[in-house]
Amino acid sequence: MPILFYISSLVAILATIMVITRYHPIHALLYLIVSFMAIAVTFLSMGAPFAAALEVIIYAGAIMVLFIFVVMMLNLGKQTAQQEKEWLQPRVWLWPSVLTLVLLAEMIVLLLRPSPTDMPAVAVDARQISLSLYGEYIIAVELVGFLLMTGIVGAAHIGKQRKKSLHRFLQTTTT
Amino acid sequence: MAPIHAHTVLVVAAILFVLGLAGVLTRKNILFMLLSVEIMLNSAGLAFVAAGARWQQPDGQIMYLFILAMAAAEVSVALALVVQIHHQRKSLDIDQLKELKD
Repeated sequence: MPILFYISSLVAILATIMVITRYHPIHALLYLIVSFMAIAVTFLSMGAPFAAALEVIIYAGAIMVLFIFVVMMLNLGKQTAQQEKEWLQPRVWLWPSVLTLVLLAEMIVLLLRPSPTDMPAVAVDARQISLSLYGEYIIAVELVGFLLMTGIVGAAHIGKQRKKSLHRFLQTTTT
Repeated sequence: MAPIHAHTVLVVAAILFVLGLAGVLTRKNILFMLLSVEIMLNSAGLAFVAAGARWQQPDGQIMYLFILAMAAAEVSVALALVVQIHHQRKSLDIDQLKELKD
């Protein structure tokens, strides 16, 4: 369904523009969830229903909830939005935006140069993905398991609430 | 109705990636920079899924799965760092971390 693809990609781009221009963190997070759901519809219209489900469940569900928990825990409210408004002056964002727009124009020109190819409208379902995932990609699945475990250990170690830790040269040794 | 061109999907992924890059470059709050990094990772996943759909192979979605796992691990560690920085400095300003260089 091409019309679904065009509408949802437009929604995704608009929501992403709203994310990078908001002052309040919660507003940016909610716009980002909208953007992820639009990208999930894009996946569905390209014939990737498994990736669409994972996008909604893991990105919009788990990762964004993690962000919202942290925003709630840090109690970022009106003060943070005010500070963001002070930081985000036009002289700060103008030149990086212009330079990245130039890069985007170059990339679009490069992408549109060869003759266009059509996407086949046949879905790749979860059965094919899982057969391939646990067949030829089994070593990568084990490596991802290592990565997630190091992530858990690192988050638990870094997130421990300690006393204010100074560098060892700055500490006054009393021994 | 005309089918989707593969180039259109790649242009959408490029636009999303550039928006994330602009977010990383212009924001000073660590939380917003992390959000922009998420946008960039997601656009890379969109390009992978588009490539997998173009060739009718499951490999694109498998790469998307790996990007997803990597993003989850990265976000958990980075949010722990954000909590720790806010605990120690009472601010999320990235410029306050420049004394880390010693």
